[in-house]
Amino acid sequence: MTNARSRHLVSGAMIGLTYLAAALATLPLLFILFHLLVKGASSISLAFFTHMPRPVGEPGGGMANAIVGTLILIGIASAIGLPIGIGAGLHLAEKKTTPLAHTARFLADVLNGLPSIVMGIFAWEVLVRPIGHFSALAGGVALGAMMIPLVTRTTEEMLLVVPTSLREAALALGYPKWRTSISVVLRTALAGIVTGALVAVARIAGETAPLLFTALGNQFWSTSFREPIAALPLQIFTYATNAYDELHRLAWAGALVLISIVLVISLAARFVTRSRFGAPVD
Amino acid sequence: MTAVAPVAAPAATDTVGTIEARDFSFWYGKKQALKSISMKVPPRSVTALIGPSGCGKSTFLRSINRLNDLIPGVRQEGDLCLDGNSVYDPSLDVVALRQRVGMVFQRWNPFPKSIYENVAYGPRINGIADEASVDEIVERSLRRAAIWEEVKDRLRSSALGLSGGQQQRVCIARALANQPEVLLLDEPASALDPSSTQRIEELVYELKKELTIIIVTHNLQQAARASEYTAFFFTGELVEFGQTEQMFTSPQEERTEAYITGRFG
Repeated sequence: MTNARSRHLVSGAMIGLTYLAAALATLPLLFILFHLLVKGASSISLAFFTHMPRPVGEPGGGMANAIVGTLILIGIASAIGLPIGIGAGLHLAEKKTTPLAHTARFLADVLNGLPSIVMGIFAWEVLVRPIGHFSALAGGVALGAMMIPLVTRTTEEMLLVVPTSLREAALALGYPKWRTSISVVLRTALAGIVTGALVAVARIAGETAPLLFTALGNQFWSTSFREPIAALPLQIFTYATNAYDELHRLAWAGALVLISIVLVISLAARFVTRSRFGAPVD
Repeated sequence: MTAVAPVAAPAATDTVGTIEARDFSFWYGKKQALKSISMKVPPRSVTALIGPSGCGKSTFLRSINRLNDLIPGVRQEGDLCLDGNSVYDPSLDVVALRQRVGMVFQRWNPFPKSIYENVAYGPRINGIADEASVDEIVERSLRRAAIWEEVKDRLRSSALGLSGGQQQRVCIARALANQPEVLLLDEPASALDPSSTQRIEELVYELKKELTIIIVTHNLQQAARASEYTAFFFTGELVEFGQTEQMFTSPQEERTEAYITGRFG
């Protein structure tokens, strides 16, 4: 009797603890969102998106260059990270046991855990130093290199859950192997792969460290790949470490915009996973 | 009743769809799954492969369209011929072979696409791009698989929304769309309810007029009902192969009789 009772008590306490942990896990994000809204929302206006930064002391001004710069950096990074990552993931899933697959899988895991500042140093060494100046391209390459392992591993995982029976169905119909991989396996896993890609984009959108000595940041309007370019995280960093209240407010607003971009991408990822044509084969 | 003289089929097509194994053995790594199988399946007939689990009947079936090739470490000896030509001939195009030999699996596996797209898959890869021709093939295949009436108004909706029995018949239609000469059925009804099973069996009966059918089944009544020939496999050996009626009434081998009467299995 007492045994059963203490068992129930322990069970209840443990379940209660998991509730508490789950609630605590949501707290930081809610707190950040709340804080950003309070501090940043008042500074967000149309001008914030369309105007250039003004010199200190002049009121107003926006972050148009940083917003566009971040989008350009995401574009360069995706152009590098997505094709390589998805291609590598396809290789890992379809040729599981080749020596290359084993090596690539291990290195992708290592790369995933690499501090992002190291990626920045790498891009600096490879692209900034030889060329002689900072550039959007160097920043994009640093971010793209960060995306590769993320996209590779999620692509591989998504492909591995495609049932063997579908693969066999296509092959038994006389599909060549490469076409089976692309039009059946890859297509079936597409929703998952797109989600993985969007999550990777969201991850790198907010990275600051790899940009510090690659894209550098820019007070002026620039869309050139060869010039230093502004980026939201960099601008936030610069403004937040500045002494002027005006700039602090803009930094808060920039942070709010950045987190909104990430949030929208994450929501898009959710939407893609849900609204697919076929439910998973049970 | 006036007797209509049957139209004689051209002699050349008489043997299309003949499958012959000659001392065919098969290994998964070190494990031998088939031991020197020799049998000849006549064209336009239904042959049931029976035997306890792990006896090699599915391995034999999957050797005919070389689907076992995908498993690392397999090898074979002897020969397996379709229409007199070895399917293991190094110069043979596996893709072309699989278009001639259709297959339906135990667990229905339509692609997560529309019913129409599922059936149109084979013709499209064969290079038929003309929409009208594809439409026609899709309709003919669905009719041959006895599912046209049930799905004709919902061709564009997902195949995954159909019942299990319907999905399985869409898979049969998908295989038929390639105009195969042989159809391999790997326990096609084992996960279906009795009425769906009956429909599949009726379908097999209709289809054997046009192509050779080999069906793996665990259901002995199904083998007795649906097939003309039966092959009994046991631990990788072909114990007995003969006409179904004779196999079930007076088996030549003691092991066959023991299995059929349910003394083991």
